[in-house]
Amino acid sequence: MKLRMRFGKEGIVKFIGHLDIMRYFQKAFRRANVDITYSQGYHPHPCLSFASPLGVGLESRGEYLDMEVNSYDDLEAMKEAVNAQMVEGIVVYSIKHLPDNAKNAMSIIAAADYEVGFREDMAPCDTKQLKAAVDSFMARPEIRVIKKTKKSEREIDIRPLIYEMFVMDNGKIFMQVAAGSATNLKPELVMQTLCRLEGLEENDYAWLVTRCDMYADKGNDQTGRQLVSLEEFAE
Amino acid sequence: MKKLALSDDILLKIEKPARYLGNEVNHVVKDPKGKIRFAMCFPDVYEIGMSHLGIQILYDLLNAREDVYCERVYSPWMDLDAVMREKKIPLFALESQDPIKDFDFLGITIQYEMCYTNILQVLDLGGIPMLASERGENDPIVIGGGPCAYNPEPLADFFDIFYIGEGETVYDQLMDVYKANKAAGGSREDFLEMAATIPGLYVPAFYDVAYNEDGTIASFGPNRACAPAVIDKQVVTDLSSVRYPEKPLVPFIKVTQDRVVLEIQRGCIRGCRFCQAGMVYRPNRERKLDYLKEHADKMLNSTGHDEISLSSLSSSDYSELEELTDYLIQTCENRKVNISLPSLRIDAFSLDVMSKVQDVRKSSLTFAPEAGSQRMRDVINKGLTEEVILKGAADAFAGGWNRVKLYFMLGLPTETEEDIAGIADLANKVAKTFYEIPKGQRPGNGRVDVVSSTSFFVPKPFTPFQWVRQCTDEEFVAKQKFLSAKMKEQINHKSMRYNWHEFELTKLEGIFARGDRRLGKVLVAAYKNGCIFDSWSEFFNYDGWMKAFEECHVDYAFYVHRERPLDELLPWDFINAGVTKEFLKREYKRAHEEVVTPNCRQGCSGCGCRVYEGGVCYEA
Repeated sequence: MKLRMRFGKEGIVKFIGHLDIMRYFQKAFRRANVDITYSQGYHPHPCLSFASPLGVGLESRGEYLDMEVNSYDDLEAMKEAVNAQMVEGIVVYSIKHLPDNAKNAMSIIAAADYEVGFREDMAPCDTKQLKAAVDSFMARPEIRVIKKTKKSEREIDIRPLIYEMFVMDNGKIFMQVAAGSATNLKPELVMQTLCRLEGLEENDYAWLVTRCDMYADKGNDQTGRQLVSLEEFAE
Repeated sequence: MKKLALSDDILLKIEKPARYLGNEVNHVVKDPKGKIRFAMCFPDVYEIGMSHLGIQILYDLLNAREDVYCERVYSPWMDLDAVMREKKIPLFALESQDPIKDFDFLGITIQYEMCYTNILQVLDLGGIPMLASERGENDPIVIGGGPCAYNPEPLADFFDIFYIGEGETVYDQLMDVYKANKAAGGSREDFLEMAATIPGLYVPAFYDVAYNEDGTIASFGPNRACAPAVIDKQVVTDLSSVRYPEKPLVPFIKVTQDRVVLEIQRGCIRGCRFCQAGMVYRPNRERKLDYLKEHADKMLNSTGHDEISLSSLSSSDYSELEELTDYLIQTCENRKVNISLPSLRIDAFSLDVMSKVQDVRKSSLTFAPEAGSQRMRDVINKGLTEEVILKGAADAFAGGWNRVKLYFMLGLPTETEEDIAGIADLANKVAKTFYEIPKGQRPGNGRVDVVSSTSFFVPKPFTPFQWVRQCTDEEFVAKQKFLSAKMKEQINHKSMRYNWHEFELTKLEGIFARGDRRLGKVLVAAYKNGCIFDSWSEFFNYDGWMKAFEECHVDYAFYVHRERPLDELLPWDFINAGVTKEFLKREYKRAHEEVVTPNCRQGCSGCGCRVYEGGVCYEA
């Protein structure tokens, strides 16, 4: 049986890296007596997968973990049992049942929402100027950047990968960008490019990035993009 | 939300910020107000310190008291060390993130000589005066324990108290005394005077040393009435009646010992003459089977670890090992938990157990013959014969293993070239045993991999070899080269590999293992020359050390390369570690006569540890 868990990672646990969070949940599920399915073979490993790794230093209210279990009674009770095993900063919001034929979050993720705030006294400008900068940025027909990967450097246009971007009333930037294995856009790259092109002071340390949710795309060529939160795939 | 001592920009810049956050599963949170604040330190990097069982035991034990809040502190890694110095950030404890200089106690476990400069780092970064004599009423009481406390003298300048023996015994009493003294408005000195009367506690400032012209010790003794002439090691009589952590800490990042550790016994019945642990942890005391079963389950439940390991000096000697492993195999199968069984003697039983709990194809088997020739093994009282080793190897190969590790020491007392050649010969015979299996029936890829490693012998206090000289650098290098050449001459050399340790580190270890108070200034000088994290090869600064000895006009050869007469007053003679000097002398003599001494179960050799009224000495 497949389950999908949504959780948040805020506060000092933002310094714990992705692989360590994986190990953390493996142990937490054992402590909470979740009946995880293990792979066959001499070194059985628990069947868990994460939608998308979260960089060190980023917070999130929309992380997803898919797991396979042999049995369960009540998902609300499971959520409580797992929450009882969490350290400060990690909270499970929901555990939902997935149809057996559901694809892993990792393979269907298409977009993610981020909020970008600024550390105290580290905003590059006031909210009004920021709004103007983001509007001008989004009005560009193309935004070419050099994207560095482990193997190569290539120039790409990131404008089509930014689905939405604006300044919220609280002064934080909201952005919805492409995510997933095929095209993944990091919010840090968007911020760097925004600052560079719109003449704002660039300071990576000034940004406080929170991932808010992740989506799959249920649309097709005819309908266009139809983003659905990963949480809504569950039954 | 928890407030951190380090700012986000620092944490994002340094390696593995999780080392400095605390907040791990099963960490203890208390309101520090009104409590005795205890910072427990392992003076090495987090991943090493978090792997140490003793800290977990003491953390649990001290926090069991409502009036004590015990927190942890480790050596900041080099990257953070530099930041803390530059920004003048005082070293803090993980739980509360408060500076350790504001604590009542700083407890430091002293596990190996090459962490001594890290102790100075912790004090220095902590803003605590390095020298005990310079500490005031508001500084923490710095207390040290662990194996190196059996010769605390090189560190005497830096500690207020040394704790000789097992932590479960007198910490409660020490906390009570501290509280009473505080309530009575007593001073730091009042407290130390009271502490000095507690058995097992050594307050170095209350003792004076005088030296002879040749540098040896002329006299050593207390300089005030409260301090006893002899410090008696403190030992737990019944290990099944003391606390053991039921909820050990679970770190976020991978640490060296990333598993449940079940301590099945303390001490060892074997009596290997080079082994300090085998001597100072006597008598051998086992934990009851039911106690171990219960704790295994509790710890697996509370941690969620996917592996459990047995801890002891020689697991095969645990009398109910079969029942214990049967139980663990059964309970771990259900939980998908792996079992690791270190320090097992290789025989039919252990191979059977290991084949049940490990992937034979991937694991290698470890033998520790320690010496290559039977004569040499008799000298060190390693009761292991070539026949037993080769039989074990043959059984292992039949069981599917094809990788073998062999551990040896070079530079043992009375060692000859023949003994060294014996190492290569034994490694070759192990390989030969493999190739005697008919071709089609050999396990794996049909080839065997025999890896021999040698370390250089360091004589340690409270062993029968505490008087012997340690080899010089030149001697060590010659021995290692001789063995390398011998290895290459073997028929099966293509299946054999040989690794050896560096001699520089061994020399320093040897100097401090048997050093005295006069080495304190060398430690400070070395630390000032930038020596830190000495056991990490990337940071080991040999020149800094050699310069320190020169600067302090200390001739290290006196400590390391000198054969001591049996009647010399040794720096650690004021400690009663259980084994008597008469026993050690007897064993020293028997070593030179190449006579083996039976283990504690075969017969009592009168080492002196019967006085503890427990353990193997009183088995029916």
